[in-house]
Amino acid sequence: MFNYESPPHSHTSIMAVQYDKGVLVGADSRTSSGIYVANRVSDKLTQISDRIFCCRSGSAAHTQAIADFVKYGLEMHSTEMGKPPLVHTAAHLFRSTCYEYRDQFTAGIICAGWDELRGGQVYSIPLGGMCVRQPLTIGGSGSTYIYGFCDANYREDFTRSECMEFVQRALALAIRRDGSSGGVIRIVSIEEGGIERFLFTSEDCALLQNF
Amino acid sequence: MSSIGTGYDVSAGQFSPDGRVFQVEYAHKAVENSGNVIAMRCSEGVVFGVEKLVTSKLYEKGANTRLFAIDEHIGMAVGGVLADGRRVVQIARDEASNYRSSYGMPCPLHVLSDRVASYLHVYTLYGFTRPLGCSVILGSYDVKSDKPELFMIEPSGTNWGYMGCAVGKARQGAKTAIEKVIVNKDLTLEDLAKETAKIVYMVHDEMKDKHFELELGWVGKNSNGFYQRLPEKLFTEAEKFGKDALVESDSDDDI
Repeated sequence: MFNYESPPHSHTSIMAVQYDKGVLVGADSRTSSGIYVANRVSDKLTQISDRIFCCRSGSAAHTQAIADFVKYGLEMHSTEMGKPPLVHTAAHLFRSTCYEYRDQFTAGIICAGWDELRGGQVYSIPLGGMCVRQPLTIGGSGSTYIYGFCDANYREDFTRSECMEFVQRALALAIRRDGSSGGVIRIVSIEEGGIERFLFTSEDCALLQNF
Repeated sequence: MSSIGTGYDVSAGQFSPDGRVFQVEYAHKAVENSGNVIAMRCSEGVVFGVEKLVTSKLYEKGANTRLFAIDEHIGMAVGGVLADGRRVVQIARDEASNYRSSYGMPCPLHVLSDRVASYLHVYTLYGFTRPLGCSVILGSYDVKSDKPELFMIEPSGTNWGYMGCAVGKARQGAKTAIEKVIVNKDLTLEDLAKETAKIVYMVHDEMKDKHFELELGWVGKNSNGFYQRLPEKLFTEAEKFGKDALVESDSDDDI
């Protein structure tokens, strides 16, 4: 009657936002197999290089494999270049992989980070293998519930703390409405000076209680 | 020559007892005897100058050029065996376009020259291949970072970055002249083009090679980061500048 066996999917809420000095990437933490929650504290924010992360949605296996592949390719590339990779380059590698295997993969990826050339950047690589730069992008099943919220509340001139508040609220709202998003909220800030990880549980965020 | 008759010079696949690979040295000879090819770098870009020796009056004007575009922002000048150079051009173009499709941006020259150099080097490793008889000079300018780059790759596969470099029969004289030009850090690209033409005329040996065509190419601020042959008007100016300088120095000799 209930399906416990379909391969683990991050039916997800993920987002990435540019702010004045860098970017924030955020995600919920639910990984489910059918109706079974396979992991309630998973980490969908995967580090690709020193200053580049990706947010994974879709099949957990596919997106992990793609992230590993891109990470390897990017490391080779930065060795050859003799300097840290550009976010644009990482996004391009995600795009080529996702596009070439678009019929096999179920992967919606957001690639975000900071580089010397263009500062904080967010690139969205949805299902078909498109790649587009946006100041703010949301993804995963939970994102459908928060388009209105994001459109109404996003500002280009966010400071980091304002941006943090925005991402936290947006993800909490997505988690509340979306049955297949849940657990905790994970956020990573990426700036020139370094990265920092944040975790918000139901104790920190009233909206999250009982979800 | 000490190499001849020893048997160690017939293949690139074997060292001589004193640690040399004669086939590679012969390949260098092919470059040393060619027409002069020079390139110089300033903060605004890179200029290439070629003394293209014309061996027959029957050739069309502009035939057998030694200047090539590799990508929109990269130019290449070939010294030595032109046919071998064309092969290197093909390799470089493939690598540059490959890089673009892999990473979605133009290939930085230090990456490209590394890759091309490894091809030349591979030809020096085996008994069944012949080292390429050409040195190539690669120049580029990146508009975003405002950065010019200049590299030269030799038949052995060595690859260095330069402020200015020269190959061909009069490379020594050309290098001395280049050293004098590039100490001036404020040179504009147009000045550099004129100086390049001047050096090409200066080192040309009228006695040995009767006829030659001057070829000038550049990549830099003036060309919006695109590699191109010098626009006709500027080419004529630079050519005149080169010829006039030559006349002046000739008349000096008479005194």
